[in-house]
Amino acid sequence: MALLEVKGLTKRFKGLIAVKNVSFTVDEGECVGIIGPNGAGKTTIFNLITGFLKPENGAVFLKGEDITNLKPYEIVNRGIARTFQLICPFPNMSVMENVLVPLYGKRKKLEGNLEEKGSEILKLVGLSHQKDKLARNLPHGDLKKLEIARALATEPEILLLDEPFAGLSFDEMAVLMEVIKKLHKSGLTIVIVEHVMRVIMNLSERVIVISEGEKIAEGKPKEVVQDKKVIEAYLGVSTIA
Amino acid sequence: MLNLEGVTVYYGGALALENVSLSVEEETLTAIIGPNGAGKTTLLRSIIGLKKIHKGSIWFAGKRIDGLSTREIVKMGVSLCPERRRILPEMTVLENLEMGAYLRKTKGEVREDLKKVFDLFPVLEERKGQLAGTLSGGEQQMLAIGRALMSRPKLLMLDEPSLGLSPIMRSVVFKKIDEIRMEGVTILLVEQDAYSALKIADKGLVLENGRIVQESSGESLLKDENVRRAYLGI
Repeated sequence: MALLEVKGLTKRFKGLIAVKNVSFTVDEGECVGIIGPNGAGKTTIFNLITGFLKPENGAVFLKGEDITNLKPYEIVNRGIARTFQLICPFPNMSVMENVLVPLYGKRKKLEGNLEEKGSEILKLVGLSHQKDKLARNLPHGDLKKLEIARALATEPEILLLDEPFAGLSFDEMAVLMEVIKKLHKSGLTIVIVEHVMRVIMNLSERVIVISEGEKIAEGKPKEVVQDKKVIEAYLGVSTIA
Repeated sequence: MLNLEGVTVYYGGALALENVSLSVEEETLTAIIGPNGAGKTTLLRSIIGLKKIHKGSIWFAGKRIDGLSTREIVKMGVSLCPERRRILPEMTVLENLEMGAYLRKTKGEVREDLKKVFDLFPVLEERKGQLAGTLSGGEQQMLAIGRALMSRPKLLMLDEPSLGLSPIMRSVVFKKIDEIRMEGVTILLVEQDAYSALKIADKGLVLENGRIVQESSGESLLKDENVRRAYLGI
């Protein structure tokens, strides 16, 4: 059984069909990339999976259970966490406090003290040295890591990342890539929306391509970038690595 | 056309720009590259009057502009496409673009420019009646660029215009920026995609820790060993 299954999802915004009969599965331990033109519906799919939006048709299953009509906080509690394109940490809290907020929601289930758990998570994403700094004083690359740390603090089984590499410098990208690889290796299932093709080629084992709300291709990264439809709608050029 | 002389800016107690001097010649494209937190965005915000400078002076078209209001600076022909889009979510796409032309009096020209923006980003025309907040992230980025163009600037400043754009749109945007320069607009470009930026730049500046540490033609920076390693990853 797939860990996550999306079945025939359709979402309309007034006249516009933003997501049209999209189905896919994600297996445990996989890292799946989602790419597609701007406005294709990628973030909307994340919003549908995490309960921020309700679909007109279709359903989302986590470990076989229908979670379509659950609220976002219930879905987080079941094990799906996400990050946002425009990062929004609590600017006047320290890095540690930012991670303690989601951890607090888990306090009854957690063993040991919350700060210890927080330190572990910050270590995992490489933010230990910044833990007492106010979030608003962090450089952009570290903010992106903090965004991921906050999602990890909900102890997810699946992590949905929405353009985590946007706006990062080359160096910062390399660092974040290692962080995500590490998370993946530790067994976390990851779905990543990203336009930086180098990242997609490097991290994802399977890529799903969305265009105008529909799935137009799916396969290994190397196959997908050769796909004519994908080149036309998304890449513009055929050779990219 | 634009001159900065010894510009120093603090954020709270932190030094954001230290004694920055630079000049941007008319009808050229200058790219500013550097790590996050180097002061690139602060530099653009200082030029357009959103951030007060503590020392030094800024000159545009022969006039001193530091101390002027943003409105006055925009009216003189400077425009900024800000980082993180900053579109007006509760207004329609069309209204956002019209806001970009707020200080202009010539309706005919504004209509022409609107057509140009729609040619550049057809999706904005398709969605012109839609509230801007309902656009996708990448579409909002396109709207922010379009809005900056609507003031028909003499100096166009772009803060990470390619952020969140698909590979195909990214190359469209860089090609268009190059074309806008050919039409006689002076451009100051801040970009993480240093390769694409330097490729179309006449001049490139490397900003690190609030200071300009390197200045050269776009081409020679592309060939520079340190720049290649730090910013291009090749």
